[in-house]
Amino acid sequence: MNDQTSAGTASGQTRTGDKPARRPLSGAGIFFLRQREASILIAGILLVIYFQISSSAFLSGPNLGNLVQYSATTAIIAAGEVFVLVCGELDLSVGMVYALTPFVMFFAVSAGLPVWLAVILGLLAAAVVGLINGAVTTLLKVPSFVTTLGMLFLINGFTLTISGGFPVQPQAGAVFTGIFGANALALMAWAVVIALLFQFVLKKTRWGLHTVATGGNPHGAAEVGIKTKTIKTGNFVLCSVLGGLAGILDAFRIGSIDPLSGGTEIMFAAIASAVIGGTLLAGGVGTILGALLGALVLGILKDGFTLLGVSAYTFDMILGGAILVTMVINVRLTLLKERGGL
Amino acid sequence: MAEQSREVLRAEHISKSFGQVTALKDISMHLNRGEVLGLLGDNGAGKSTLMKIFTGFHQPTSGKLFLNGREVTLKSVAHGRQMGVECVYQDLALVNEINVYRNMFLQREPTRGGFLGILNDRAMRKAASEHLGRIGVNIPSVDAEVSKLSGGQRQAIAVARSVYQKSDLLLLDEPTAAMGAKESAQILDVIQRLREQGDMAIIIIAHNYAQVFDVCDRVNLVEGGKIVFDKPTAETSVQELTDLVVNEYRMARASVHEA
Repeated sequence: MNDQTSAGTASGQTRTGDKPARRPLSGAGIFFLRQREASILIAGILLVIYFQISSSAFLSGPNLGNLVQYSATTAIIAAGEVFVLVCGELDLSVGMVYALTPFVMFFAVSAGLPVWLAVILGLLAAAVVGLINGAVTTLLKVPSFVTTLGMLFLINGFTLTISGGFPVQPQAGAVFTGIFGANALALMAWAVVIALLFQFVLKKTRWGLHTVATGGNPHGAAEVGIKTKTIKTGNFVLCSVLGGLAGILDAFRIGSIDPLSGGTEIMFAAIASAVIGGTLLAGGVGTILGALLGALVLGILKDGFTLLGVSAYTFDMILGGAILVTMVINVRLTLLKERGGL
Repeated sequence: MAEQSREVLRAEHISKSFGQVTALKDISMHLNRGEVLGLLGDNGAGKSTLMKIFTGFHQPTSGKLFLNGREVTLKSVAHGRQMGVECVYQDLALVNEINVYRNMFLQREPTRGGFLGILNDRAMRKAASEHLGRIGVNIPSVDAEVSKLSGGQRQAIAVARSVYQKSDLLLLDEPTAAMGAKESAQILDVIQRLREQGDMAIIIIAHNYAQVFDVCDRVNLVEGGKIVFDKPTAETSVQELTDLVVNEYRMARASVHEA
């Protein structure tokens, strides 16, 4: 059974330098996860076929551009959210960091700093938010649901205050703007490269392994000497920074920095992408590639329904229902896993 | 690695109090390399406190502790580990979602370097297979996720991980708790093999002395913070221990009835 490993989801595993023959199927759990990645991929393809039959415009260039615009930044945030979920926590504030970061960048540029430095400053601000999320959660032992819910409102208020509630325009050269999101291909490249890189980090590095251990068995991980607080805090920082990056990319794409953009909607979309892609809310299990596929499927749904003229209200109902069903499956899987039944 | 002295552990007149409560009174014991000690006793008798003194979790109120012939004051569990004391706790500290060989090396993973710390899976897989084979742990594959293993196999993996650290003193907290006879036999085989290899001293904390009796060289019974019984297994029997324990239960019941 050693050789039939990588058929389903070979894409990520092989690209991350893994030789299929050396990575035999390690238990039904991983096999099932791979299946989950495969099944979300198949669901995506079926949806594409359905929408293409229903509306020939679906696979047109401009529409694919729309699809990328919706999915790419959600996927980038979802990558960070997977790390937080796998180590057993949750970040609700990342959508607000998405809105805050471009403003920090804007003010830095307005103050006369070069745009690259302004981007770095923006991401640093995002990192600080993640650091506070991590510190409050691990040191003060506040559940991350509560910590990041508080942070959600705090950051939202802060962004509205510094912006005065009005959108502004990002200023940068054409090349910079293109690389940082205005070009749909560049935007997709960001999402794919980030997904591949962090899939590798999660599956093949010490940080990833310790993240899984921290979420899978917090007490045991601490007993063998893993610094679980550092791992959790680091993942909050990672999630925030990716949220900030997504905000900057969208700011350049749209050509406007809106204090009301992102927020809870993109945060929920990112968490939904992660969960649809096979990440368990209970911690210990997750996949970045799955989250990327999850974000694409959400994008395909949204885009396809728009083309079919389904109203946004109806779309929200369908999306909500789909997420509920996925969550139910997710919880069932967690229970099965706890019983060692998978 | 410390030098290979014959005597691994010596405790002299160890006492431990928590405020007004005296948990241990004047405990003395010693253990040589290759010896297995069965530490028996009721809940609350002081077994756990004694273990925690050996691991460095607690510091004794009075008395002396020697490891490998040298007097030590263990400041922490990490310090205890440095000095060659490993403990396998009942919760095993294994991560279900991670495969066997990565669990074996958790927190001590060999990496290919780089700031990302890329795991060297090939080295881990090879070392884990060899090591498990050497101490006779039978599992389907080192690539199996730990959640797929039986309780006995998990316990064996946890013991193997501690042994791999080349410890001098291995403490096993209820290694056969909640296990059937067949599963217990697996882990007892591993202990027996470690005993024959003779590289370390082992203390087994156990309720079920009948199960562990055969792999022990010596049995101590702790009661009320004192060692009330200390004999080589060659000079005692499961029957004698049973009589002792039954007697203890009867006295406990009598005192409850009086109250």
